[in-house]
Parts: sequence; structure tokens; C-alpha cells
Amino acid sequence: MSLPHLRRLEAEAIHVIREVAATFSNPVVLYSIGKDSSVLLHLAMKAFYPAKPPFPFLHVDTKWKFRDMIEFRDRMAHELGFNLLVHVNQDGIDQGIGPFTHGSNVHTHVMKTMALRQALEKYGFDAALAGARRDEEKSRAKERIFSIRSAQHGWDPKRQRPEMWKTYNTRVGQGETMRVFPLSNWTEFDIWQYILRENIPIVPLYFAARRPVVQRDGMLIMVDDDRMPIQPEEEVLERLVRFRTLGCYPLTGAIESEAATVPDILREMLTVRTSERQSRLIDTDEVGAMEKKKREGYF
Amino acid sequence: MSYVQSIPPHDIEAHLAEHDNKSILRFITCGSVDDGKSTLIGRLLYDAKLIFEDQLANLGRVGPPGTANGKEIDLALLLDGLEAEREQGITIDVAYRYFATSKRKFIVADTPGHEEYTRNMVTGASTADLAIILIDSRQGILQQTRRHSYIASLLGIRHVVLAVNKIDLVDFNQQVFDEVVADYMAFAKELGFASIRPIPISARYGDNVISASVNTPWYRGLALLEYLETVELDPPVREKPLRFPVQLVMRPDADFRGYAGQVASGRVSVGDPVVVAKSGQRTTVNAIVTYDGNLVTAGEGEAVTLVLADEVDASRGNMLVPPAARPFVADQFQAHVIWFDANPMFPGRSYILRTETDSVSAAVTTLKHQVNINSFAREAAKSLQMNEVGVCNISTQTPIAFDAYKDNRATGNFIIVDRVTNATVGAGMIDFPLRRADNVHWHALEVNKGARSAMKNQRPAVLWFTGLSGSGKSTVANALDRILHARGKHTYLLDGDNVRHGLNRDLGFTEEDRVENIRRVAEVAKLMADAGLIVLVSFISPFRDERRMARELMEEGEFIEIFIDTPLEECARRDPKGLYEKALAGKIANFTGVSSPYEVPENAELHLQTVGHEPIDLALKIEEFLDKRMGDE
Repeated sequence: MSLPHLRRLEAEAIHVIREVAATFSNPVVLYSIGKDSSVLLHLAMKAFYPAKPPFPFLHVDTKWKFRDMIEFRDRMAHELGFNLLVHVNQDGIDQGIGPFTHGSNVHTHVMKTMALRQALEKYGFDAALAGARRDEEKSRAKERIFSIRSAQHGWDPKRQRPEMWKTYNTRVGQGETMRVFPLSNWTEFDIWQYILRENIPIVPLYFAARRPVVQRDGMLIMVDDDRMPIQPEEEVLERLVRFRTLGCYPLTGAIESEAATVPDILREMLTVRTSERQSRLIDTDEVGAMEKKKREGYF
Repeated sequence: MSYVQSIPPHDIEAHLAEHDNKSILRFITCGSVDDGKSTLIGRLLYDAKLIFEDQLANLGRVGPPGTANGKEIDLALLLDGLEAEREQGITIDVAYRYFATSKRKFIVADTPGHEEYTRNMVTGASTADLAIILIDSRQGILQQTRRHSYIASLLGIRHVVLAVNKIDLVDFNQQVFDEVVADYMAFAKELGFASIRPIPISARYGDNVISASVNTPWYRGLALLEYLETVELDPPVREKPLRFPVQLVMRPDADFRGYAGQVASGRVSVGDPVVVAKSGQRTTVNAIVTYDGNLVTAGEGEAVTLVLADEVDASRGNMLVPPAARPFVADQFQAHVIWFDANPMFPGRSYILRTETDSVSAAVTTLKHQVNINSFAREAAKSLQMNEVGVCNISTQTPIAFDAYKDNRATGNFIIVDRVTNATVGAGMIDFPLRRADNVHWHALEVNKGARSAMKNQRPAVLWFTGLSGSGKSTVANALDRILHARGKHTYLLDGDNVRHGLNRDLGFTEEDRVENIRRVAEVAKLMADAGLIVLVSFISPFRDERRMARELMEEGEFIEIFIDTPLEECARRDPKGLYEKALAGKIANFTGVSSPYEVPENAELHLQTVGHEPIDLALKIEEFLDKRMGDE
């Protein structure tokens, strides 16, 4: 009687994506190029078939993303023919903000959070779809599928709207915007299983390969370009690694792995003992880091 | 989340297929503050080895001093993800967790115990199949236990696990357990749960959580997780009839028109006859379109796009249904409403009512009673305060398609949204339609005056305000306009200001021009009435003939002449625009009452004297007249 698990998740996400198209006047998809965004893109293609998704895909580029990500992004936009918008915080570029010089907090705030706000205001988007999942992190586990943001882009966890059944309150006031998370109920395992089943293209960095890395703060950081300063005590090693999440390369830790295909990755996950966000520096700078960033308008 | 049960890694495909076909159980944990809800889920996840190492390591870093005693881990901190929650040591918002065992998949919503956060508990309960109600063995049944049990039952949860927690703190005493269970059974009798399963547990130490405890030899039932893995939900009853709420009409080009939506219940197949619920138009399903190819049939939960044989009017908010098993289509119904907002709900106030895909203006016409959460007694009430539940009659501006909530959770629910703040201020579960509209199905109509006014839920009218300049016509008309608007009526006010400046800009004040002025206004009012509007016309209109001409343009009973009767001296005294002063000084020619006659109406439907009456009272008198007229229909 009930649908198999993945089809149920797929249908729920399509329903949410369509709901956004039906009720907002100027929605956008926040496209971060990662595996969750790839799934979201795939679902958006399905949701409106035979039409194309009726909204653009926005990438907020910090200029510190892995080179493979940018190449993949441009290829996907070309192949699928979706409307890709790229926004960079020019103020941050002018000030020379970067993760090595300013630390992860300042870099993320200026180049990601501020940049996102700029882009939302520039285009006047009233709803932004994104691929965040509740199982990623504790404060995300508390967030609604339709999550209202104040005119200052802040998330106020105490004023979240109740969200019953599939009856979503999609109304926003002047200046307010909605963040919408169609993959809320997916787990990391579901994402990989779906990528396998649907044969969804993803950035090759997710697959194990020999890559140049240095050991830093207990993480393996890949040397993606020559902007990365190598300390005298550090050594660049060629290691067989892959990434569980993708972001700015100086802030994203690799894991040692031999998983070179999606089934390999799933097999690896069945024995893994750490959560995927462990490879993100931004969460561990301080306790409650993610909630703070979200309050400020980070996804 | 991980899936660590020893799986042969070489057989990944088979393993995935098995995973995909596992049934899913959605449950909530509820109960009073400190009964150990978050701790229990933490324990379930921990003992089932579903917590990642870094998440455990993080627990050492959070939490106020003194909570993590020694090596023991504060499991609640796994769930309480918000800063305020960690600071206060309570759960504020519902947290969703996902886990799976070899037998089943689970989505658990950990819901807050504080009454203040009832809305978040309702959020979790609305999609759950089962509720674990925790009780502290030492405390027994508390108000929140009753409250949460009532809400769980109200939201349609049919299965309950009564987790009698902290059994370690009463020395694993069977008598304590038996007493708590007996108390609960007695009180829950009226709630109509299909099953209640009591289990003695210690969330803190894990007794009877994932396996039977040696400390409770007197308990021979299943441990909590074993029970959750095997509990039979409602046996697949007779399949419900098709409900396909139209979410979005897809028109990528002139050749394709598809109705996108998620099958709310039942099944739809190519070739099935369907009816558009609100209009009664019949057609047939020609194709079921998806990105992965066309389907022959689609069942509950599937998100598809239907192509129909005929061009029918089925926009968002409508529903495609089988001809022989239609939902209710009505604009009045009874519902149980739970109120979330700090501003109380008052009958008569206008809100936005949202079903899964429909959105209409609505008001509570009658608050029949409030339900006392402790005694379940019906109590009279004039308003619903935050966290209260009431039984209400609701009237919507246009009919909606729905089922009773007990028959269909997806098509029987609604939320109430505040017009100004856009907050979700209430949630409702529909009981039944009023006026027995259930057996009256709409037949396809051509779009005419009747159809247009029926959609606005009103009878068109032309309210013709006549009287001397300064008599108070516009003041009363404005007051009435506001009242009608607040009641969700569709109105338009025509007066000298908005007509003289545009349509009649070319007209002066000679006698012919004044006649032409009235003729044009009457024609405009007629068109507006034909569009289904209630038109308020505020013009001096001094001559009986022109007023008769206007009356004869309208349908029988549609023209309502309202004589605003104020003595000339009083009008001259009020003189709001300084016109009488000028007219009396001879500076304005043809001024009604001064240099031109005013012919008093002889057969006005309403004759209102303004002296000694407030404009608002006069407006209310007209409203009363309109209500009576509506009722006479």
C-alpha cells in the first residue's frame, strides 16, 4: 500500500518543490554543486516535466571552491540547460577576504552568508530552495521544511511556524523570505542510495583518487591550488582520499578511502562511525556554531 | 545516520533493495517536562549503535556544567539542538531523527513537554502513526500527560506506547507500574486509541529499551524497540477513494496541459472517469505523466501529472475525484480547532484558511464549545486562547472540497493563517459539513451572474444612498463598506469623488448633465451587480425619475433605496465642504435644497434619520436589512 522508501522521499520532495513554484512569485534554487544540490536539481527536473524548472539556480561562489566543482557546475548548466546565476561578494574580493588570511569564521560570514544576502536582495527572490537535511546537524533537525526568514535574513528558532501535515503556510510579509528544504527528511544514506538508483552525476571529488593533501588540525586538506600556504613543518603527501561533503577547499577535510564508485561509497557508509559534518571546519569553531550561522542567514 | 547491523558488504545491491522495502513507522515522544523524552530517544539511538563517534565526542563539549556527571553521557543533549534548549535544559522545538533497524525504518519526532510549546508538539503529531507517552513513575499522570494524550488522539494517532519511565527510581516496583497503568487506562478510555501498550523502562539506564531487563522479571512483554519494530499499524482497510488535490497546472506549451499533484488517497489509472470536485465537470484520465515515463496507474503518495480528456476548469485548490465517491464541497462546516497564537481567536474575525492546496477567506461563525483538556468536558467560551481546543462552525468565502478528518487526514485538515502577521495561528480537523451540503453536488454552470455571486457567497445588490449634500450619505456608506468588507463581502462604493473625476469628468451641474450623471452611474452599478458585487452608490440624486430609472435597470429586489434623511438646516450647519455657505451667498448655481429642488423618496426600502444616531449604528441597520434579505432568499 505505501510507497517504497526512496519513492516516498522523492514524491515528498517533488510536492514541496511544486508548492514553491505554485505559491511564490520569484523563487530560486540555491545550488551549491554538492551531492545534495545534485539530487535537488534532479528532483526539480522531475517535478515540472515535461516543462523545465520555472526558476533559476543560484551559486554563491566564494572563489575558494574546489576547481572540479566549478567545472562540474558549468558543465551541468550547459547539459541540462537550466538558468544558472553566479554571485560573488565583490566587497569581500576587494578586501582580499580568504580563509587562510582571515580564518574560517570571517571568510564564511563575508563570502557566503553576506554574499547570499546580497544575491537574494539583488534579484528580489522571495523563496530559496536548498538541499539541507535534518540529519546533518542538531539545529537543522529542528528546522521546518518551509522556514521563514526576517527581512534581515535571520532565522528565529523560537518563532518557527508550526508545520502540520503537508499543509504549508507559504505566506511571507514585506521583505521576508522563505527558505525551503525539500530534502529535510532524507538521510545521507538515502542521498547516496538515490544517486545510485537514478544515476545522478556528481562531482568526481566524492570518489577516491590520489590527491595532494597536508595534515592540518587533524584534518586532511587538499592542495587544490597555489594559494594554499604550506607551513615548514607540513608535508604535501599524495594520498588515496575522497570527500564526504564539498565546500571551500581550505575548510573541507578529505577522508582516506578506496571507494571509487557509488556502491563502494554505500558499502563504506555501512561501517563508518563519524557523521559527515565532521569534515567541515565551520561547525567546530564553537559549540552551537551552525545555529548562530543560520540565525545570521547562512543555510 | 549509519546502518551498522552486520551486513555482508559484498551484497550491497540486495541490501539496498531490502532497505528500500522496509516499512516505515513515524512516531512521537511526548509527556510532561522531565519525563525523559529526549533521553529516551538518545538511549534508543545509542543502544542501537546509531550515534556517530564525533556526535558523542561533541556531547562532552556542550551542556551546562554539572549535567554530565562523570562518565555518564547526557543523552538528551543529542536531541536538544538549539542553544536555548541546552541553556535551559528543556526541549523547545520538535526534533526529527531518522534511524533504521534490520526490521523497520523510523522517523521519530521528539516533541516538547511545555504547554507553551504545544504548537510544536502538534507539528510532530500531525504526521505520526504512534505516540510514546512517557510518564515518570514517581509522578504518575500529570496535566501534560492528559493534554498530550488528548492532542495525539485529536490528530488521529491510533496507537500509544505508555512508557512508564524512571522505573529504576521506584526500585523496579511492579505495584507502582500497575497503578500508573490502571490510572492511565481509566483516563484514556474516552480517547478511542486502537491500542495502548504499557512498558516499564529506564531511559537513563536502558531497562526494557532495546532488550528485556533483568531488573523487571515481572514484566514479560517486549522491550520498547522490539515492540516498535513489530507493532501492526491499522490493517490495510478497504482502499480509500481517489483524492487528487490539484497543486499546479502545467502548461509548457499550447499542446500540453497537465494537472500536477500528489495522490492524497486511493488510486488513479488511465481511462478512469473523474470529476472536478467543485464544478462537477466530468472527464477521463488520458495519461499519467512522469519524468520517468508515463504510468498506467498511480497510488497514494505518488507525485504525478494527469492529462485529462477534456478541457476542464480545475485550477489549484480543486480536486479530481471518482464520480461515485465524491468529497464534500461546502462553505460551512464544523471542525475541531486548536489555537496556537497569543492573540485569541474570536468568532467573526476574518482569517485565511489553507488546506493542502486551497486558500480561502474564512471566519469562525460560532464557537460551540471549548474542550477542557483535563476532564474532556465541554465548556462554553467566547474565544479560544493559546493552546486551547474548541469545536467551531466555520464559514469560508468560497466552497472548499474536503473529507472528514477521521476518514482522511490529508483532505480533512486545514491551517488558519493571520491576515496581517501571516503567522500560522491555528490548525483544524474537519468533522462534517453544515447545511447537509454533503449530498448536493455542484453541477457544471455557465459563468453568469449567479455563478459569479455564488463564488463570492453573496447576493448582488445596489444600495442607493440618496439625500441632501452633507446629509451623511458617504459617511454611512463608508461605514457599511468597511463592515461588509470585514465580513468578506465583495463590495464597491461609487460616489461623486471617484466618478466625477473620471467617467463623468465631462459633465457639469446643469439639469441634463445631472440626469446623465445618474444614468451613467446606474449603468456602471448594473454591470458591477452583474459581476456579483454589492454596489454602494452615494449620490444626492435629487429627482424621483432618475432614481426610478436606476431601479428599473436592476433585477427585481436588487435595488435598495436608502434615504439618508437630514434636515436642510442641519446639513447647512454641518456644511463639511463649505458648499452651503457658498450656495447661500449665491456663488453656486443649481445647488440642491438651496437653488434646486430635492424630491423626497416615497418608497425607499430604508429611511434613516441621522440626527441623534451614530453613522455606525445606521450602517449596522442596513447590514441587518441585507442579512434578512439574504435569509429570505
